[in-house]
Amino acid sequence: MTPDDARDMIQAALLTVAPDAELGDVAPDADLREELDLDSIDFQAYAAELSKRSGLPVTEEDQRGLTTLAAGVAFLTRARVRP
Amino acid sequence: MGWEPIRKRPAGTVTPNLLDYERTRSDFSWEGARQQLTGLPGGGLNMAYEAVDRHAAGPLRDKVALRCRDRAGHTTELTYDELRRATNRFANVLRSLGVGKGARVATLLGRVPELYVTAIGTVKNTSVYAPLFSAFGPEPVRERLRLGDVRVLVTTPQLYRKRVEQLRESLPELEHVLVIGDAPPGTRSFAEAMAEASDEFTIPPTSPDDMALLHFTSGTTGQPKGAVHVHGAVLAHHVTAAYALDLHTDDVYWCTADPGWVTGTSYGIIAPLTHGVTMIVDASDFDAHGWYEVLQDEHVTVWYTAPTALRMLMRSGAELAKRYDLSALRFVASVGEPLNPEVVVWGQEALGLPVHDNWWQTETGAIMISNYAAEDILPGSMGRPMPGVEAGIVMGDGGRVVEVRDPEAVGELALRPGWPSMFRGYLHDDVRYAESFVDGWYLTGDLARRDPDGYYWFVGRADDVIKSAGHLVGPFEVESALMEHPAVAEAGVIGKPDPVVGEVVKAFVTLREGNDPTEDLRTELIAFGRRRLGAVAPKEIAFDQHLPHTRSGKVMRRLLKARELGLPEGDTSTLEVGR
Repeated sequence: MTPDDARDMIQAALLTVAPDAELGDVAPDADLREELDLDSIDFQAYAAELSKRSGLPVTEEDQRGLTTLAAGVAFLTRARVRP
Repeated sequence: MGWEPIRKRPAGTVTPNLLDYERTRSDFSWEGARQQLTGLPGGGLNMAYEAVDRHAAGPLRDKVALRCRDRAGHTTELTYDELRRATNRFANVLRSLGVGKGARVATLLGRVPELYVTAIGTVKNTSVYAPLFSAFGPEPVRERLRLGDVRVLVTTPQLYRKRVEQLRESLPELEHVLVIGDAPPGTRSFAEAMAEASDEFTIPPTSPDDMALLHFTSGTTGQPKGAVHVHGAVLAHHVTAAYALDLHTDDVYWCTADPGWVTGTSYGIIAPLTHGVTMIVDASDFDAHGWYEVLQDEHVTVWYTAPTALRMLMRSGAELAKRYDLSALRFVASVGEPLNPEVVVWGQEALGLPVHDNWWQTETGAIMISNYAAEDILPGSMGRPMPGVEAGIVMGDGGRVVEVRDPEAVGELALRPGWPSMFRGYLHDDVRYAESFVDGWYLTGDLARRDPDGYYWFVGRADDVIKSAGHLVGPFEVESALMEHPAVAEAGVIGKPDPVVGEVVKAFVTLREGNDPTEDLRTELIAFGRRRLGAVAPKEIAFDQHLPHTRSGKVMRRLLKARELGLPEGDTSTLEVGR
């Protein structure tokens, strides 16, 4: 998956949880929860949606690393090249 | 049903403050307990003095009062004396702005050191501290700033731009906004104002009946209510923290409540400091690993948290808890919504400690009913009334109420007025305040029953207020916001039961003619709600062109709820309690 595809997937997953959560000019390293007003329940739902769309398991551990756009893109793109 | 009582063994290394419930209760008086406070040097009682200054003048002077962890895990510490001086500075900042006794100062902040300095500095100056939930959208923020006649707001530049800037013109009373960081136009830098202020301050004469805190809460009808609390409440904060949280001076204490709600002030600021403990403040959002790390790394001994958080931890499994060294932890308590027995028992398995549920609300100012360190827990019960608190179950009887003593009877939980942290009014709404008291009882709006052993069991709300993740959400406020959307003719909002957060906010919406109930419109309405209301916006929306109405034309939320739950609609009568 290219970084652009990953970003699109993240955007789509966010919109299912919070339809007002436009990534727009959110900085890659900004905390998505803060920028997009996601509470902890929203954030868990986002992680689950991302898992569903990508087919990748998202563990508790992974979820901790998904709080920024950059981390989400890294997670999705890296996962694909795993052997 | 079927849950075994949790029997307490004789105490561990720390002797509980309350060893014998009946005896403590019968010996207790608020006048006697007053000896545990110091009082202002010239007479009078000020919350900030009891929480900070009296310790800074004694052996706890250089003890760490606050250990604040920011989102990146960096730590800032403030000793009792440093906190005294910082809050003196803030009191002087208010004075320099011409903000004095009784004037309202609000925060729209997460858990940052400046929040504590603002809260304590404000009450020190005999001004009134009013916390706001930082996840509120602009509409709830506007309503509360207006209702509270707030003159000073302390927030961050980000929150200011997102939630407040657009409201400034409609809030002429809001004279000063102090921000933590670079100040946008129309605001001032908090740090600069503090740097210019002296750290010497003499607390003005303060009476126990002077207003100290203003907490916003939600009702069934109308806009939010502002519950007024006085300096004298500090006695109840102190005593209840000793009995219900078993706080001792040597404790490391962590309260996870959001600072925007009453628990965040009563037990997130005032009560623990009156005991001279070290308080852990963690700015991060919920995260199972992160929370266990805080418990482990900070050697937390007493932890006060909420059912939603505990259920989220439970979801992540007991195994995760066991990866951390939680051996310092000795007492766990929970508040916000009823704690299901599974969580109480899970606590024993995962943490090695049962969870002590307790009950109170914004209006009571402090814990009223609780489980205790040395007393047996009946999982699922909120426990028994605090020493100094008289509770009862009452039923309506033609505009009057009578107490019922039948152990199986469900009625409204009521309290005899007289405890020091009882609210003293709803700001600008004397009628509503008066209506809260009937026949010598304060009516709580919660339905409960009392078993033969005197333990109380929560049954439900007597009204339509929604309890979500420990916060009360007023359906009217949500309905009003939705009805501002051009496609919406009418809305009815209920709490839909949810295994994690208790209830989620669900809206039933009738569309205006010419609008189709499409997925796109549903999505648009959810987004619309979130932009206006923030965290209290509906998570679910259903279209319904035939909302049920009362004869007077109001949407019957109870019927919507009964339908949602699949109950026969006639059953809703069992939820009614006459007033």
